[in-house]
Amino acid sequence: MAAIHMAFKISLRHQIGDCALAVDFSSNAGITAIIGPSGAGKSTLLNCIAGLIAPDQGRIAIADDVLFDSAKGICVPIQHRRAGYVFQDARIFPHLNVAANLAYGEKLSPPAAYKIERKLIIDVLGIAPLMDRWPATLSGGEMRRIAIARALLSAPKFLLLDEPLASLDRARGEEILAMIEHLHRTLAIPMLYVSHQPLEVERLTDSVIALGNQPLMHADPPC
Amino acid sequence: MITAAEWSIITLSLRVSIAATLFTLPAAYALAWLLARRRFAGRALVDALVHLPLVVPPVVTGWLLLIMLGPAGPLGSMLDRWFGVTFMFHWTGAALAASVMALPLMVRAIRLSIDGVDRRLVAAARTLGASKWHAFRTITLPLTLPGILAAAMLGFARALGEFGATVTFVSNIPGQTRTLPLAIYTGLQMPGGEAAVTRLAIISILLSLGALLASEWLIRRANGGNSHGV
Repeated sequence: MAAIHMAFKISLRHQIGDCALAVDFSSNAGITAIIGPSGAGKSTLLNCIAGLIAPDQGRIAIADDVLFDSAKGICVPIQHRRAGYVFQDARIFPHLNVAANLAYGEKLSPPAAYKIERKLIIDVLGIAPLMDRWPATLSGGEMRRIAIARALLSAPKFLLLDEPLASLDRARGEEILAMIEHLHRTLAIPMLYVSHQPLEVERLTDSVIALGNQPLMHADPPC
Repeated sequence: MITAAEWSIITLSLRVSIAATLFTLPAAYALAWLLARRRFAGRALVDALVHLPLVVPPVVTGWLLLIMLGPAGPLGSMLDRWFGVTFMFHWTGAALAASVMALPLMVRAIRLSIDGVDRRLVAAARTLGASKWHAFRTITLPLTLPGILAAAMLGFARALGEFGATVTFVSNIPGQTRTLPLAIYTGLQMPGGEAAVTRLAIISILLSLGALLASEWLIRRANGGNSHGV
């Protein structure tokens, strides 16, 4: 077996207004959960990792790739970070149908990148019948599944899941959760799973990082 | 039905208005984007300058164009000396006057539509591997298409109706700068010109209505093409 690399090795500080986010953790689990109350900086952390926000200082390394290092002046541009970011609000492009939404990141992924088979993604997420639909006609659960498929098809090096069950009813949430477990078993992509519900992540992973009140990592002042 | 003289006025008006619209559209989009999406020093000044033709009397705008771009003006003499370009008494001068008058309306229409584009969609496109330019081309630009069409319609209508700035800047030259409004005004100055004026006025109304219907149809099609479904 090859040397073990840390999936996520992240240490950063970022200040927005009065809120200071300070994070320092490393994890090698397939799924790493980030939990904490609303406003603890969970989404800010994901935005820093994806490159949408440049943290004030710190270092972000994922599977040996250094994405950000303030000391060395490294800041990989967003489009080269290859994050599979599933936003809480799905962000399906309203002017493209489902098939075109899915193809958006797929077309932009480097030809040599490790790709998960298209059919597998579509089957696991059960979205084959939705291909010709327009976003305005989709339910919340369908949007979420398409957002996950779109991220996976962009040949990401890691997945960022921001409250993937938020605003879904129990049955739908259960479905998505089962899919994420299935993806985790099928694919070798490290995932960061953000949630404000400790119970939700319990069944997914033992690697849980609490934002907001843990000594390992904290936001001060809590905001 | 339409006389040769009328026909030449119509084609000149269309040429001036279409040239003004097409020429202004990219500039208006760039200005609208800057004003909507960027915070920079002098932003308020740019905003004010863009809106100036909307608030000052058109005759004053025409006079400003004349002193800047006329043969004795700083820009005008430079263009003439270096490129042999002159706007004076030429249809391109009428198009330029119409273009300046149309600019604020076009910038406003496009800016509203850019403000309406959810920037979170652009962020999502970036995480999917799109460069800034690619995200602009594939997300922002298509989502602002209805605004672009609305701007083109407003600009075209404004250009078709332009009078004050045109007559001040490039005068009233048959075949070069005598567009529909100027021809109507000229007809009113001549004894017995009422019949000609009526005909030109009707043509003018029909042209504007036609442009309005065409743009409504285009906007409906643009919205239908990326159908928000239901």
